[in-house]
This record gives sequence, C-alpha cells and structure tokens, in this order.
Amino acid sequence: MKTETRTVPVASPVSFTDRSSADKRGELYKLTRRQLLTRGLVLGSGLVVGSSFIAADNAAWAMEVKALAPQTMATLVQMARDIYPHDNFGDALYANAVKGHDATAADDAEFLSMIEGGAKQLDAIAVENGNSSYVGTGWEADRVAILKTIESEPFFQTIRGGLVVGLYNQPEVWNLLGYEGSSYEKGGYLARGFDDINWL
Amino acid sequence: MTAPYEHNDDSVVVIIGTGAGGGTLANELAQKGISVVALEAGGRHLPPDYINDEWASFGQLAWTDMRTTSGSWRVAKDFANLPAWIVKAVGGSTTHWAGASLRIQDHEFRALTEYGSVEGASLMDWPITLKDLEPYYEKAESKMGVTRTNGIPGLPGNNNFKVMKAGADKLGYKNCHTGRMAINSQPRDGRTSCQQLGFCFQGCKMGAKWSTAYTEIPKGEETGNLEVRENAHVLKIEHDDSGKISGVLYADKDGNQHLQKCRVACVAGNSIESPRLLLNSASTMFPDGLANSSGQVGKNYMRHMTGSVYASFEKPVNMYRGTTMAGIITDESKHDTSRGFVGGYEMETLSIGVPFMAAFLNPGAWGREFSAAMDSYENMAGMWLVGEDMPQESNAISLSDEKDQFGLPAANVHFDDHPNDVAMRNHAYQQGMAVYDAVGATQTHPTPPYPSTHNLGTNRMSANAADGVVNGFGQSHDISNLFVSDGSQFTTGAAENPTLTIVTLAIRQADYIAEQMNADAI
Ligand SMILES: Cc1cc2nc3c(=O)[nH]c(=O)nc-3n(C[C@H](O)[C@H](O)[C@H](O)COP(=O)(O)OP(=O)(O)OC[C@H]3O[C@@H](n4cnc5c(N)ncnc54)[C@H](O)[C@@H]3O)c2cc1C
Ligand code: SF4
Repeated sequence: MKTETRTVPVASPVSFTDRSSADKRGELYKLTRRQLLTRGLVLGSGLVVGSSFIAADNAAWAMEVKALAPQTMATLVQMARDIYPHDNFGDALYANAVKGHDATAADDAEFLSMIEGGAKQLDAIAVENGNSSYVGTGWEADRVAILKTIESEPFFQTIRGGLVVGLYNQPEVWNLLGYEGSSYEKGGYLARGFDDINWL
Repeated sequence: MTAPYEHNDDSVVVIIGTGAGGGTLANELAQKGISVVALEAGGRHLPPDYINDEWASFGQLAWTDMRTTSGSWRVAKDFANLPAWIVKAVGGSTTHWAGASLRIQDHEFRALTEYGSVEGASLMDWPITLKDLEPYYEKAESKMGVTRTNGIPGLPGNNNFKVMKAGADKLGYKNCHTGRMAINSQPRDGRTSCQQLGFCFQGCKMGAKWSTAYTEIPKGEETGNLEVRENAHVLKIEHDDSGKISGVLYADKDGNQHLQKCRVACVAGNSIESPRLLLNSASTMFPDGLANSSGQVGKNYMRHMTGSVYASFEKPVNMYRGTTMAGIITDESKHDTSRGFVGGYEMETLSIGVPFMAAFLNPGAWGREFSAAMDSYENMAGMWLVGEDMPQESNAISLSDEKDQFGLPAANVHFDDHPNDVAMRNHAYQQGMAVYDAVGATQTHPTPPYPSTHNLGTNRMSANAADGVVNGFGQSHDISNLFVSDGSQFTTGAAENPTLTIVTLAIRQADYIAEQMNADAI
C-alpha cells in the first residue's frame, strides 16, 4: 500500500487526501464494552470520549487521537455527518473520513489551533442557543444552522473539502451507494449487467 | 538515419507532446521515412498499468503542475489550480478520453459567414473547408476504428444509453444511437473489443479504445524513424539569427537540461501548454513570444459550452456499468437561432463513479439535498452537454505570476462565459432534463461544467496573418519551420468533440510537412 499523501490542486484551503493516505494513520479498532464504560464518558451523540480516544457507545469501533482533544474529534465526526448526512452510514465511516486531521494536527501547530478553535466556536454558538454543546444539540437542523454561520471560514472549508474524498472514496461507501467500482479483474460488466435495465 | 538520434542532429523533426495531435503526427511522419524525436513531459503508462479507480488514476495520469485561473467561470472558484483535465503521459489525453469521434459540420467551418458577427465574439471562418478535410477524416476514422464508419458496427447500448434512448423517443428526437466511437465493437487492428469495464476515463485496460499510447506511437517506433523521449519536459523553443527554429530545450526526469537541435518543430502540448511554451520562448527578436506577430497566441481560448444533467429514478440504472460515453442525441447540433443562440450542441451519455460524483455534482454544496442525490447514485442516469462556445479575445492563456517546478511562469487560464454560451447551456439543461422527465425522473440535477476537457483555439488558424497564429496547415504565419499540431489550431470550436478533427489535421499536416521538406521549403 502506498503511503504518500497526494493532494489534488483545488481552491485553497481545500485539499483532497486519498484513501491510502488516510490508511496510514491507524485503523479504527475495537474495545470491549466494559473497557469502554470504565474508560470513557458517553456523549449525547452516542459517542464515547476517553482520555485519548473516542469510540462508538456500542463498542463497534474506537479511535486513538494523538493531537486533537477526543472531544474535538467527536465534534468532527458529528460535523461530518451533518455536512453529508447518510442515515445508513455508520459513524465509523465518518470517523475514518476525518481522522487524517489528527495526524495533520500532530505535525502542524497552526492547523491544530485552527481545528481546536473551530470546534470550540461550534460549542460556543450551541451554548448561546441554549444547548450543552454542538454534539449535544439534538436536531440536525439546529446543528446545520450553527454550521451555516461559519460556512465560509477556513475551518469549515477544510473539514468539508476533506470529506469529498475522505468520505466518498471509501469502498464501503461505494457499496452502500450501489457503486461496484473496479471491474477489470471481473471481466468488466459485459456479462455482469451492463444492459440489464428492465423497467423502462 | 534511424532512432535514437543525437542531440546535435539538426535533421530531425521535433514534436512536443504525444497526445491526439502529436502522437498521430509522429507516426505519420515516421511512416514516410522522416526522422522524428517526440518529447513528452509525462511517463509511459500502458493498459496493464491503468487503474480502475478514479482518484488513483487521476494521480497516475493527470497534469497537476502549477496553473492558475481567473475570470467569472465557476471552475476558477471551485478548482482554482485545476482549470483543465489533461493527461501528462505518453499518449496525452487520449488515455483519458471517452472516444466520441464526430466530424465538424460543413457550416461550422464558416462560423462567421453562417452566424453573422456576434457582439463580443471573435468569430472567424476557418481557412479550410469540410471538403478539404473529407479525405483525411476518412483516414482518421479508419485509423481509429470509429464505429458506424468503415462498416464497423455500433457498440451495444448499456443501461445509461437505454434511459437516454427511451427519453429521446418520447420527446420525438430522431437521431439517438450509440455514437461514433473510437472503441472497438469487434476486434480490430490487433486490439480486442470493449468488455464494458466502465473506466474509459481512467485508461482502457482492454486496449479496446483508441489511444496514441498503444497505437500510433508503437507503430511509429517500429519504423525505426521515431524516438519518443518520455519525462522530457520542453522549456523553450530556440531560433537562429535568421529567425528559424533551431532547437528545443528540455529537462529530463532528473532535471538535467538538453538542447535537441532540429529542422522543424511541431508544438502539440494541448491548448494551455502550447501557447504558454510559445510565450515563454520570447527572445530579443520575438519579444512577445514566438509566432506572435498577430498578438493572438493564447487568445480566443475555447472550452466548449458544457454542462451535465444527472437524473434520479425510482429504480436502479447502474449507469457506471459499461462504456462511459456510448450514446448520443444529435438533433440539437444544428444551427437554428429560433432557440435563442447561434451554433448547436450534442447530448452524450456520461457516467462518473461515486468518487468523482462527490467532487463534481455540485462543487462546494453540502447538506441533505446533496447527500440525498448521492444516496440515489444507483438509480441515476447521466448525460453530458457539449456545444459550440463563442471565441472571445479576452478568454486567454497568459503567463501567471506563479512559477512551475522549473521556475518558469505557469499558465493562467482566464475565462468568462459569453451570453450565447449561457443561453445555449440553459437550453441544453432544459432539454436534457426533459429527456429524463419523459421517462419518470424523480429529481434532475443540472450539473455545472467540469474542469475543461476540450481545450481549443489558443493558436488559431487564419487565412490572414494578422488574424491568427497559423495557416490552414498549422504552419506559423511568422516562422516557416514551426508548426502547431494540436487543438489550439481550431479557429472556432464547433459542437463536436474535437479529437477526430485534431487527428485529421495531424494526418493532413504530415503530408504537408513531407512535401515542404522534399521541396526544401523548410
Ligand atoms: C475525461 C476526458 C474525456 C474526453 N473525451 C473525449 C471524447 O469522447 N471525444 C473527444 O473528441 N475528445 C475527448 N476528450 C478530449 C481529448 O482528450 C483532447 O481533445 C485531445 O486529447 C487533445 O489532443 P492534443 O493533442 O491537443 O493534446 P493532448 O492529447 O492532451 O496531448 C498533449 C501532450 O503534450 C504533453 N506536453 C504538454 N506540454 C509539454 C511540454 N512542455 N513538453 C513536453 N510535453 C508536453 C502533455 O503531457 C500531453 O501528453 C476528453 C478529454 C478528457 C480529459
Ligand atoms: S468500457 Fe470498453 S472502452 Fe471503456 S474502458 Fe472498458 S473496455 Fe475500454
């Protein structure tokens, strides 16, 4: 597996990061449910935040964070879902799509403070609106309203731009959306339904 | 002399770029016994290397050197450093291309005469006619194995085509079929037939689609008269005291610079790099750049009026299965001003995978509307709209303040739509959506133009030396041993996808260069 980061030139500050570069930043892993409950705190969103990790509250996956606060990573995961909401995608796919920001933040102090600052700003607006935090804001529409207020800022554009490839370039996402991907090794679609439409 | 050639061999023809124009010209000249050195900035990738994965393939093949943008086109905002989608590899953009191969129509060669003068547009008639090109179109179609010519059957229709065809029939369109495609519908010319992989834009792993990378170039090399140097990035074209081209300076893959002497130089780097190279080659004798006495180098940049319509249905389409562009409606390609614009457009099936759909469906958009469209991916059909855009002098390639990896000024691409382009796009969106609505679309998505795939016109042909850069054979009006051999020669864009015409012009130019060399005129 190649490990270099490839960036595609697009309007700054948005940059695409491909799947292979996301892979090197550690796979999501599993904790036992017991480990989880002794080590972490359940957030309103169904995410558990521990001292240096976040996890799903059913222990389906967990992610170690190196630079970002676990609470910040939880905010990013929720934000990712709010930006591109697919109700049949598990949180793991969103977590996978944003985890690269932790590695970038580990090497780049300015980036780290932009992300931490952005997450804090989201929480501050949520509190003004009478909620406990961004993640603790119950309705998607209320969270989206918060995002709208910071839509043009580099923090939002970095997260959204990164998701275009980070989220949609995952083979599991292709499966869920009904895209079968690479076909050469299967002999193409000539004998696999290239003209099978039957409802016209 | 046979290949390889010495750097100081000044008897060779040097060709810069090995895409549709350069790759074809290289083979045609080599077949005539002329010694050719083709310099290609990219590496050599062949079907076994091609990757059935959109971003990975883009990383492998696309031109991602520094470029900048300006103007009111949306690409300048969404893809500021990616104005165009062009390949940097042996074979050029014929590795990515979809294969649609249409002749320019007779009246389109006389755009100014037929359309009349259009405010703000620098329309001209071509200095050549369809009649001049017909014999060469025939050669090109045979070389490329274009379906529905030379007795070659059309490709079978895939799901995406069937949706288009059903809609076209309901709307009363008369001309809808699986296209004229440079894709083998049956084995031909030592290449197999299409297996419906659905990754035509990523390089055809079957070799069923014509690309100079594995047709023209190896054929030329077999003659012993063609040397292709890959990873050879041309920096400057040099001339002697008499103002004739004397050699071409290039950097090899390690960055070492070499001067290849030559008798003739042909520029075929596609319509952004070709004018940039001429401008970057300015000298004391030619302070505005080579071949630029008219001031037209880099001007009149055209990219076709484009747009796409994707539509979602209640049931699966699976448009990505099979040929990317294998269906066309040609009814709107006529010139009929009752529609509110001059010129015409084609409607062609198009499919992109989930990764590219996310990037291109509505760049910058987010929220439920966008993700709902993505959720319907499996049930989507899609078409591309491609029509004649108006040449405008202010749409131009110029030298940017940004530098490339060699320290040379990068290309800036400036573009504003002409009101005629906007009127045509709106009509095309409306008709495209109507096609899908006629077969029960539940949502339609009028999708903005992608980074330019058809880049044209920046070294245009003209009868008169004051109006353009090259004559009807692609020869510089100013410097007789300098030629332009790619799509930048186009005087106007016409509605049709350009590559068949680029290949046709290259075959014709090869005859002319050989004649001129024989006559010692160059
Ligand atoms: C996704 C896609 C789909 C397309 N589908 C179609 C289609 O269906 N039908 C159609 O007609 N057209 C299609 N096209 C357009 C078609 O690919 C181009 O019109 C055609 O390839 C242009 O030919 P060209 O010779 O001008 O340039 P290219 O084929 O782009 O070749 C230019 C070459 O020059 C090289 N080069 C540039 N600068 C230098 C330098 N300084 N030194 C050395 N080498 C250099 C480049 O690396 C490149 O290899 C498509 C394009 C794309 C991207
Ligand atoms: S669909 Fe046909 S032409 Fe396209 S990549 Fe596959 S085999 Fe090649």
